[in-house]
Amino acid sequence: MIQRFRKGDGERSGLFTRRTLLLGGAQAVLLSALAGRLYQLQVLETQRFATLAEENRINLRLLPPSRGLIFDRTGQPLAINRNNFRAMATSDRGRGAEVLVDRLDQILNIGEVERNRLLRELRRSRNAQQSVVRENLGWEEVARLEFNAPDLPGVFIDLGQTRDYPEGELMSHIIGYTGRVSDEDLAGRDDPVLQLATMRFGKKGAERSLEDDLRGRAGAVQVEVNSVGRVVRELDRTEGQPGSNALLTIDLDLQRFAAERIKEHQSGSIVVLDVITGDVLTMVSTPGFDPNTFARGITQGEWRELMESPERPLNNKAINGVYPPGSTYKMVTALAALESKAIDPWTVLPCTGYLTLGDIRFHCWLKSGHGGLSVVQAIAQSCDCFFYEAARRAGVDRIHEVATKLGFGRQSELGLPGESAGLQPSRAWKQEKYSKPWQQGDTFNLGIGQGYMNCTPLQLAIMTARIANGGYEVQPNLLLAKATPREELSPPPPREKSTAPSLRINPQNMALVREGMIQVVAAGTASNLRVDASGKLLDPALRFAGKTGTAQVKRITERERDMGITQYQLPWHLRHHALFVCWGPVENARYACAVIVEHGMAGGATAGPIGRDVLVETMKRDPSRRVDRFKKMASR
Amino acid sequence: MTSLAVGAPAPVGFSEKIWRINWGLALVLTAIAAIGVVALYSAAGGRFEPWAARHAIRFGAAFALMLAVALIHPKVWLTLAWPIYVAAMLLLVAVDVAGKTGMGAQRWLVIGPMQIQPSEITKVAVILVLARYYHGLRKEESARFLYALPPLAVILAPVALVMVQPDLGTAMMVLLGGAALLFVAGVRLWMFLAAAVAAVGCLPIAWSFMHEYQRKRVLTFLDPDRDPLGAGYHITQSKIAIGSGGLFGKGFLKGTQSSLNFLPEKQTDFIFTTFVEEWGMVGACVLLALFALVLVWGFSIALRSQHHFGRLVALGVTVMMFLYVFINTAMVMGLLPVVGVPLPLVSNGGTAMLSVMFACGLLIGVNVYRDAQLPRTR
Repeated sequence: MIQRFRKGDGERSGLFTRRTLLLGGAQAVLLSALAGRLYQLQVLETQRFATLAEENRINLRLLPPSRGLIFDRTGQPLAINRNNFRAMATSDRGRGAEVLVDRLDQILNIGEVERNRLLRELRRSRNAQQSVVRENLGWEEVARLEFNAPDLPGVFIDLGQTRDYPEGELMSHIIGYTGRVSDEDLAGRDDPVLQLATMRFGKKGAERSLEDDLRGRAGAVQVEVNSVGRVVRELDRTEGQPGSNALLTIDLDLQRFAAERIKEHQSGSIVVLDVITGDVLTMVSTPGFDPNTFARGITQGEWRELMESPERPLNNKAINGVYPPGSTYKMVTALAALESKAIDPWTVLPCTGYLTLGDIRFHCWLKSGHGGLSVVQAIAQSCDCFFYEAARRAGVDRIHEVATKLGFGRQSELGLPGESAGLQPSRAWKQEKYSKPWQQGDTFNLGIGQGYMNCTPLQLAIMTARIANGGYEVQPNLLLAKATPREELSPPPPREKSTAPSLRINPQNMALVREGMIQVVAAGTASNLRVDASGKLLDPALRFAGKTGTAQVKRITERERDMGITQYQLPWHLRHHALFVCWGPVENARYACAVIVEHGMAGGATAGPIGRDVLVETMKRDPSRRVDRFKKMASR
Repeated sequence: MTSLAVGAPAPVGFSEKIWRINWGLALVLTAIAAIGVVALYSAAGGRFEPWAARHAIRFGAAFALMLAVALIHPKVWLTLAWPIYVAAMLLLVAVDVAGKTGMGAQRWLVIGPMQIQPSEITKVAVILVLARYYHGLRKEESARFLYALPPLAVILAPVALVMVQPDLGTAMMVLLGGAALLFVAGVRLWMFLAAAVAAVGCLPIAWSFMHEYQRKRVLTFLDPDRDPLGAGYHITQSKIAIGSGGLFGKGFLKGTQSSLNFLPEKQTDFIFTTFVEEWGMVGACVLLALFALVLVWGFSIALRSQHHFGRLVALGVTVMMFLYVFINTAMVMGLLPVVGVPLPLVSNGGTAMLSVMFACGLLIGVNVYRDAQLPRTR
């Protein structure tokens, strides 16, 4: 019994021992397998995993450079940077994106369109890339986001910069605005900073033309990030370079004066140039728009309203509005006739009120006719018949040659995007465009700036400047100076002599045309401008020369003429454009100005007084010679 | 009976008991816990709070518990085996009914200030009951099929209850641990084969009972690259951490994967990864060697016990330790699916620590009372 008991227990223990050893062996084998796995991971494949761990850990981030500021020539700010609190979101490969966006919508009310954009971006995002939820948050919104932070994983508030345009509409066309980087913007630029979601790119105006200067160079920072992409610490940092600051040629006070002066008219533009340097002192196109709506993100409604307005507020009419120059073109015809020796200063041509070519009558604006006029008198009286005949004598080729020298038919070197070349017709052009030969009648129309001919207000100002400066090929110029630290920004010293090449037009002929323009104001079609707005005769130092123009939009037919229909009875959009070009002072010309009032009907009556007031104001301020004003602003 | 009395040694005195405590084993356990403190200190980014300090204090308490348990006579455990088991079952039911949910599973029971995980207690309870059962059987009986049915019920009841929670890790451990005990107790091998075949047959049924996240884990285990950024993320990141540690590791507090939160659950189930990233293969081998020492100690205690209850308890505890270590490390190295099994004495967690140290107390108790006379009660 005892034996059995013991034997039983002994057998039991024997079996137990055997099986226990078996179990122990199995465990040893399994533990060895673990060691083998460790060897595989930590010795054989360690390089691969080390690389993966580094990729996890280190993230190269670009530091967006701060965009260069833009000032007017006196140092007043036109485009600056303002702190911008923006909500950013990262998502772990889109996980939970829907819930997150729903919550953001509750807190910020982001709307359907933005909701979808954000969702798309979050789902697409790799490696904790950031998406912008909303820019320019107010304090209340920031507070609400911070308060709800625990429910918003991956959302954080980032302090960036946004563009601010203190002058708003006044400078809208010149400065333009910035927007998100588009695919076209990227073409030809491999700057990696443009890939940043927060980066902005110049879309219009100087923001666009100076983009590569204003942008600056990106810095880079190597950061250690955790699993949700949050920065833990900085490993390495290379500072970027802020964009260059730009000093524009615009005189802000003069710009404001000009804009104020043209405000009463629905639509128009003014350009003021320095005839020596080509500096664009003023460039108004009205109406404008508020570029700040673009900076903070324009809504669809606002955009549609701007696009659909008949006054085209988004267009800079000074450089891309094209108009027939009308009588302001007569200096070109006169110069072409004089240069080709088809007429001389004493040639007198008759005017009976019209000229016939075949069976077509070409009317002079004065039905009764001017009688006989020399070239100076013809400019002063703006006699159409004189210029029909002068154009016929000079021929289209000579007119084209002189007009091209004076800047028509091609883009200037201003550099603003969207500048139109206008149209300076020629034989070749007509043949190509209409497959028809150039006709004598075309020459007649061209002679008085009508027909196919058209140009921009800037081109009129350039022509005026080149006549006023005695025949130098000045180019309009918008950038006065640029510098990277703001302290080094200062205007160049004033210049009195043009460095532009000569146009190779006989100076005596130029003087003759200038004399004609002086007579326009002294005793001609714009003699109403001899006095200022209050009726006082102008100071002799402020005397100026000019030329009126009225550009046909709709030709008044013979029938309408017989019915006595006048401009005033036509609807606004069919009325003539009013043009005026001028330069001054008469002694030692320095400034040129071109004014167009769209559908303003009569050049002398509508555009003339505006041109006079702006030019006189310019001459009084004399911005080209007043560097001290910059110093005063800069020292503030 | 007399010979029995003659063969029986004199009852051991208190100092003898103290002497018989496996102080070497206790030292090894302390070393493992110390590694746990180091790893948790690092997991918290070089701070004692919130894990490392508590871990040390907890280990101190658990160490005292272990010594106390070790000095309790096995006959007490023989008596208490069933009550403990029943209590554990009741707690499991309570968890299923009123437990606290954490990480998608109901595992915790809140009693006053304490949070306990009945599944940890269950593991010890099953060992005690099975040991008691086979202690009362003769060898021939152990081998017979009918006698294998009650232990099967004892094993499957808690397995069913923890599967509901769902806690795949504990289910696996109870199942494998129970099977190991049945194996050494002398159950015929064909029964294991039959059970294995049945288990394979049951796989589709088990699959249908699994939660979505469990299925995903199994699928991602089978092919981690299926969704490296989704469900396979944990395994992938853990392998990156271990692999990038290399032979000697990145150095104390220099693990990037854990400090930058690329590692999930770095203080609990993935503590091994945290440790190995910083201490490399050398550190991993030292830690595994310490565990291996515990296992060797366990086996030797089991083999030296004069009574069957002691053998089975010692072996059960040893197998439990092995399963903890193997399942946890194999899981973080991508050899097993991610099931929630902590690394004993290293992972943060109170109940697991207490139940492991309690089990070690039983193990040492077997050595202290290796020559005790135990009646064959059924």
